[in-house]
Amino acid sequence: MGRGGQAMTLVKNSTPALTVKDVSYAYGQKHALDHVSFSVETGHCNILLGPNGAGKTTLFSLITGLFDCPEGSIHIAGNNLRHNTSKALAELGTVFQQPTLDLDLSIRQNLQYHAALYGMGKKAASLRIDAELERQNILERSEEKVRQLNGGHRRRVEIARALLHKPRLLLLDEPTVGLDVPSRSSIVNHVHQLAASGEIAVLWTTHLIDEIQPNDQLIIIDAGTIKAQGSIDAIQADTETDSIGAAFSVLTRRGGPT
Amino acid sequence: MSLSHYYRAMIGIFGRELLRFVHQRERFVSALVRPLMWLFIFAAGFRSTLGVAIIPPYETYILYEVYITPGLVGMVQLFNGMQSSLSMVYDREMGSMKTLLVSPLPRWYLLTSKLLAGVLVSVVQAYVFLLIAYFYGIEPPLLGYLTVLPALILSGLMLGSLGLLLSSFVKQLENFAGVMNFVIFPMFFLSTALYPLWKIQESSKLLYRISTLNPFTHAVELIRFALYNRFDLTSCFYTFCALALFLSLAIIGYNPRRGMMQRKGGA
Repeated sequence: MGRGGQAMTLVKNSTPALTVKDVSYAYGQKHALDHVSFSVETGHCNILLGPNGAGKTTLFSLITGLFDCPEGSIHIAGNNLRHNTSKALAELGTVFQQPTLDLDLSIRQNLQYHAALYGMGKKAASLRIDAELERQNILERSEEKVRQLNGGHRRRVEIARALLHKPRLLLLDEPTVGLDVPSRSSIVNHVHQLAASGEIAVLWTTHLIDEIQPNDQLIIIDAGTIKAQGSIDAIQADTETDSIGAAFSVLTRRGGPT
Repeated sequence: MSLSHYYRAMIGIFGRELLRFVHQRERFVSALVRPLMWLFIFAAGFRSTLGVAIIPPYETYILYEVYITPGLVGMVQLFNGMQSSLSMVYDREMGSMKTLLVSPLPRWYLLTSKLLAGVLVSVVQAYVFLLIAYFYGIEPPLLGYLTVLPALILSGLMLGSLGLLLSSFVKQLENFAGVMNFVIFPMFFLSTALYPLWKIQESSKLLYRISTLNPFTHAVELIRFALYNRFDLTSCFYTFCALALFLSLAIIGYNPRRGMMQRKGGA
């Protein structure tokens, strides 16, 4: 990329990777989200923390465009998701809570399929696949069928896949569900490193406090509304508590998350 | 999004469908065994009981096996259409439908590509069946193998979009047995696949009327005429209308503004 390209990147990076503004959503009569607003910047791991049923997955479905967002607006890298859907989705990498790989295809075939959906040419795709698998330390297993991998490795393949098209925003919906402790901490550390590298903005939803690291930005959600957002220190200071668990209890006025 | 993006995505979706098809050899074998049983066993048993008069596109008296071959080609495509919708329900339960739907192309394009990929598989199956039937003595004119191709594509699209439509309504894999009973069997038996419509008319006027409205009847007639180098405008028109109807309903069903992802997104 030439000088013009760099200038473009700078301009692009000045807009937040994700802006959610005044979003409300209901399933029939039941309100799942009520005027939710926040934004996500590059350079931090942004943790969307809330108990089960708080509206995390609904929010996730809205940001990925699986649900339409009738009230409020969502912008990904400055592109309105509703009016400029394709451009917005092109800047988004997603890891769903459910596993979404084809078990009978090899790791490489799974990633090639994804690359094709994002319009990448064969050669470019192949280079990116090697680079992302290398980063996840699974390059040497790329010809194996996904069925042969354990849960932790499958998740790594999904993270590699989400990064393949160099999105500005990486979304992960409770990505450690069902993983053993070593795979869990390895994925938590890996994603934090990724965010710290400054290449990408990360939004990670979870109900597990031990997945939070000191530099993270927190967004605390409960019963469909945002209760607090900011750095860990700021939230603890505001609630006059000395741990996230205590702050969380104060904010939600019930037992802290697990 | 550039044209090359559209092209690459379609090739990618085709490639995935073909790879999955290759990996599911049982699916391919059972898709072939089913019509072959009808041809080798059922048709042999019925040959003597059912005399078929001379009706277009045939120019002479024909054996019953010859009569039902186009119907069985239709059956291959009918099952394939339902099977690919089954795989879409499966994809949705497994989440791989989500990864397709969040990719940066218009949803109608992604669904149509998936539909075309299923048609590609069903056309391959239909030709393999016709080849085996050829060695069994069912020999349509050689040119017919070429002229039947557009008919197979159109009927495959129509049946595939019916499957797509069903997949937007069926919530879970378990409900799919119902599709078998309430869609595949009535469509197959109330059509010209196994007997000409005048035979049904002799027994029941009502069933006859239903059969003439059945889009599968028209798909079978389209294939039958095309296989004998003839073009049947009426059945082509009906098949096309059914395709347009099913496909637009299916695209509405998958539309995030009012469709099934929303209604079933309670989780």
